[in-house]
Amino acid sequence: MSGETGTHIFASVAEVEERLGEAGYLASTAVATTVFLADRLGKPLLVEGPAGVGKTELAKAVAAVAGARLVRLQCYEGVDESRALYEWNHAKQLLRITAGRAESWEAARNDIFTEEFLLPRPLLTAIRGSEPTVLLVDETDKADVEVEGLLLEVLSDFQVTVPELGTITAERRPFVVLTSNATRELSEALRRRCLFLHLDFPEPALEERIVRLRVPGLDAALAASVVQVVGALRAMELRKHPSVAEAVDWARTLLALGADTLDETVLRQSLGVVLKHQEDIRRAGEQLGLTRP
Amino acid sequence: MTAGLTGRLTAFVQALRAHGIPVGPGETVDAAAVAELLGLAHREQLRAGLAAALLRGQQQRRVFDATFDLYFPLRVGGVSAEASRDELRERLARALAADDRAALAGLAAEAVGALGRFGNPPGSGGWSASQTLDRLRPQTLLAGLLAERQELRARQQPQFTDRLAADQFRHRIDFFRALVATEARRRAAELAGTDEIARRAVTPSVERTDFLYANHAQLAELRRTVQPLARRLATRLAARRRRAARGSIDLRRTVRRSLGTGGVPLRPAYRQRRPQRPELVLLCDVSNSVAGFSDFTALLVQALRDQFSRVRVFAFVNQLAEVTDGGLDRARMVGLHGYSDYGTALGQFADRHLAAVTPRSTVLVLGDARTNRRDPNLAALARIALRARRVYWLNPEPPSLWNTGDSAAAEYASVVPMHPCRNADQLGRFVERLLP
Repeated sequence: MSGETGTHIFASVAEVEERLGEAGYLASTAVATTVFLADRLGKPLLVEGPAGVGKTELAKAVAAVAGARLVRLQCYEGVDESRALYEWNHAKQLLRITAGRAESWEAARNDIFTEEFLLPRPLLTAIRGSEPTVLLVDETDKADVEVEGLLLEVLSDFQVTVPELGTITAERRPFVVLTSNATRELSEALRRRCLFLHLDFPEPALEERIVRLRVPGLDAALAASVVQVVGALRAMELRKHPSVAEAVDWARTLLALGADTLDETVLRQSLGVVLKHQEDIRRAGEQLGLTRP
Repeated sequence: MTAGLTGRLTAFVQALRAHGIPVGPGETVDAAAVAELLGLAHREQLRAGLAAALLRGQQQRRVFDATFDLYFPLRVGGVSAEASRDELRERLARALAADDRAALAGLAAEAVGALGRFGNPPGSGGWSASQTLDRLRPQTLLAGLLAERQELRARQQPQFTDRLAADQFRHRIDFFRALVATEARRRAAELAGTDEIARRAVTPSVERTDFLYANHAQLAELRRTVQPLARRLATRLAARRRRAARGSIDLRRTVRRSLGTGGVPLRPAYRQRRPQRPELVLLCDVSNSVAGFSDFTALLVQALRDQFSRVRVFAFVNQLAEVTDGGLDRARMVGLHGYSDYGTALGQFADRHLAAVTPRSTVLVLGDARTNRRDPNLAALARIALRARRVYWLNPEPPSLWNTGDSAAAEYASVVPMHPCRNADQLGRFVERLLP
């Protein structure tokens, strides 16, 4: 099963870590290992985790490293086959029929169901190309159950059947990443076809490196403090915990404010960057012992 | 792949299945491919790889990690255990201050070796994490660590993050305690056999934790799962309603609409069903024996509040009080004695609060039906059942324990349907059935 089917972008786990790092994505051992396995075994990678931990970024980074084009299918409630797979260009077909009034129906029919009139949507696009491809199915949990069935078919055989054209099989398997925020349980069948990766908030040391990579001008000690406070906020009972993206935003804000250490005043002024609910800000302020102004 | 590794992998998969993680043969084959590809040289890589192949959700992760530590142990045998308790404490303090995880892991092994033996001759009985921690007392290092940090920082500007230091040290100490538990399990597995320890000593995942036997930490963890569970239930219900709304055509509106297109029904109108939101009345036994269960159920119902048109919560030990708006003051529910008394509580509800029950309400009684040999007062329950749309009794005890001792389960079950509800998993499934 393995061997021939993989996408073969990477040679080892260490290489994954190194090359993703060069592309600006600092991966933990778990992430690097799972990406390596998905690459080698040719299985789709299902990434789950809270918002803002870099699920989508991971797919982009892999695409950048592999020099592959990134095909993205953004799922939403009501996305269907014609948005995900392919659609016939009806308007153009009508024009074609009107243009060739004199010809027989047989000739017209053979002509209007050809590649020229096919509108490929992300799934078909990803399968058809011959160049290396990363297919990102974003927020899979937002899509309806029917789309999951469609994904099952596409992701297990990497082939699509268009009744008028025949079966299109992938010349080169794409590297597939599915992301989910777990608002809905994905079906067991889909999960079974994927490698599962839970992306959580990173360890403090890793998060510190991420913050310093994204905000180059930041003082090392300040970066450590930022990560420490964000870690403390995540331990509290809040409506929404600050994500990595928010930690980075906060570091940028502090840099712009010209703060060189984190003290009460700075924290009180800028807490709104990290926490997005008034109630959270109030509660965090209390627990951190910020005196009200 | 060598036969030894294959055997170990299948035994590992068996142990996971025993803990309710559904691993099929397909996943096992994947896991074997993973093990072959990664090799055994890097343990954390192997852990991540196997997790990717075998797991389907993060809630299974804790069980997986504990089982993994047993089947793919960090080391075999003990480490030289000559260090004294004081020496260990001193080295532990240094490792905690520096947040040196490798040193902490080494210390955990040494500590279990030096302090965790029990039985006579030493080690014959087994290895105990709690005995190790009792003797080592890592939590008492906190004050010393803080003082030392203070001293170091005295010369510098006081920083805001200083006030987070205590939490940070506590976090590291907890990490060390978990390491000790893992190490003790590993040593025990060497004595008693891995499969045996995997079955006994790995705590089940939080969804399958028995309400009646959950400890303090597990209850806290359960409370944290309330919101995600409620959200999952709500989306599942919404999807079900959406599907149910499709299909049946509203003829009158379709014909009316077709007038705009010359009598051809181009756009059919579907019947809109407005699901009735049930009213919910909760009667919770909050005596110590079932407090964890009632607590969790009440929290879940509160989190699902917008699914119901009205929720009212009553709690009792032997006196009934309404706690819909919070304020679970146990003193109001305890009368002359401290034991739960279902008969009195049901009677009080039927006498004073029967107006809360309407033909649209569903009443849930939560408790183990252990009346402490008092009158079960079936008449009161029958009065409630007569008035409500439906009454269910959720019992956190397994059916095999019903009717043993002072349990009046069978008597109550003859009046209203009684369901066993032992963990969050079962409760979630019950609530899903309850809602339209």
